Amino acid sequence: MKLISEKGVQRILMLTAFSAISALLLIALFILSEGLPFIFKYGLKDFLFSSEWQPNLGKFGIFAMIVASLWVTFGAMIVGAPLGVACAFFLSEYVPRYIMRIIKPTIELLAAIPSVVYGFIGVMVLAPIIRDNFGGPGLSLLSASIILGIMILPTIISISIDSILAVPQSYREGSLALGATIWQTITMVTIKASKSGIIASIILGLGRAIGETMAVIMVAGNSVNIPHSALDSVRTLTANIALEMSYATGLHRQALFATGVVLFVVIIILNSIASVAIRKRMVKK
Amino acid sequence: MAKRFLLIVTTLSLVAIMMGCGKGKASITMAGSTAFQPFAEKLADQYMITHNNVIITVQGGGSAVGIQSANSGAAQIGMADLVILPQEAKDLTATIVAKDGIAVVVNPQNKVANLTSDQVRDIFNGKIANWKEVGGGDIPITVVSREAGSGTRSSFEQIISGINLKKDALIQDSNGTIRETIANDANSIGYVSHGLVNEKIKPLKIDNQDCTSDEIIKGNYKLVRPIFLLVKGNMEGEIKNFIGFVLSEEGQKIIQAQGLLPAK
Repeated sequence: MKLISEKGVQRILMLTAFSAISALLLIALFILSEGLPFIFKYGLKDFLFSSEWQPNLGKFGIFAMIVASLWVTFGAMIVGAPLGVACAFFLSEYVPRYIMRIIKPTIELLAAIPSVVYGFIGVMVLAPIIRDNFGGPGLSLLSASIILGIMILPTIISISIDSILAVPQSYREGSLALGATIWQTITMVTIKASKSGIIASIILGLGRAIGETMAVIMVAGNSVNIPHSALDSVRTLTANIALEMSYATGLHRQALFATGVVLFVVIIILNSIASVAIRKRMVKK
Repeated sequence: MAKRFLLIVTTLSLVAIMMGCGKGKASITMAGSTAFQPFAEKLADQYMITHNNVIITVQGGGSAVGIQSANSGAAQIGMADLVILPQEAKDLTATIVAKDGIAVVVNPQNKVANLTSDQVRDIFNGKIANWKEVGGGDIPITVVSREAGSGTRSSFEQIISGINLKKDALIQDSNGTIRETIANDANSIGYVSHGLVNEKIKPLKIDNQDCTSDEIIKGNYKLVRPIFLLVKGNMEGEIKNFIGFVLSEEGQKIIQAQGLLPAK
């Protein structure tokens, strides 16, 4: 009797576990089956390397959006990575543990704020500041980068803290015993021992930044345009799909799915790099 | 496991029962233009009060979807807000049920109050890039437009004609966000549905004609688009009754009360 119920539980758990995997498979299959035919029909080169996006004229080139997505993500990293890593080192090395235990969950609350709210703050507060001080329309690459940089902070901070705390205490004690200051210990010991974890945190943050849609639609201005400066308005791959999906039919709709395929590939690459980096850290331990 | 099974069976039978309930009532699905969607919902609610043997479901999706689903039969009535109906709609019976003006709007701080259609075209094409060229201050113009496929955008571009939107124009995905963008940016220009103009934005005169209900009804204001209800084949039965209701005095009153203009 006991054996049967044990097996039953195992089966149910297996079913539920597979449902998550099959959801992923289904999504991948769906996007590919909707998007790939278009890519073959239209031509991969024209699709990826032309920046003429005029659905009503049958022109579907997403180069400008690929560039925009990369710039926005890069910008978010420039804003978010130094802030996040510095914050992680401060919290794990300089302040007493109990303070960290208060501050870290508070930072993680940032991740719980809906992206619409970030977008709203970007539109109402950040964009006017940029417009009045630097010119341009305000809704721009710069504002999108700043908003995304803040949005990826919790990811970077909490994973970085975990990997910094995983560095054996004896390393630090050894360094401190040799007369190094805390800062010297961080730069010469801790940062080296926790490097792969920090890199993984940044890559996961990147994954989040490149996939973010709502906030970007609200603050980036959405013009299909290769940006010449940080003050230009841009449209990312995700924004393109979300903006036009409701109206798109026929070839236009397929082109949006093909945009999804490109995005999917980029995110898979980013995630695999991150998981390799994380695995490296596990092996080291 | 047995409990699970039971649960599934109960759910399925419940679904079957609920589907059975719809029988005996005529069901009409409307789909299409998001600009007309809220009005259609209001009209459908009113109609269902007096005709409780009909169920009307209203869906959005955009004008393109309206035409497509009326053609495919996915919806009995398609809604479209285009100036000229495309080729795909030639087999559909189109009825104009309302009109909607498109207001060209700027920030209230902007001194400019009047533009010609040529100036509007040049601004959206990027040929005029500074407000001083059209009588405003020496500040660059920020053009705000809608996404490709929007009924408002295609109507606007068809009426003004010859628009090849400049590359760095901002794109917003609804009338509401355009209004917010214009209200926040003193240098910007955009266009929204006439019913959505409020004190935060300033509608411009186009070719010296005010964008007001009066001028639109008189036919003086240029930027007006019709709103079509599309039916495949001939109208009959409940569909005909419903469209009749929309065109009736009562229906037109509802349309007018919500900010659109009557068809006639």
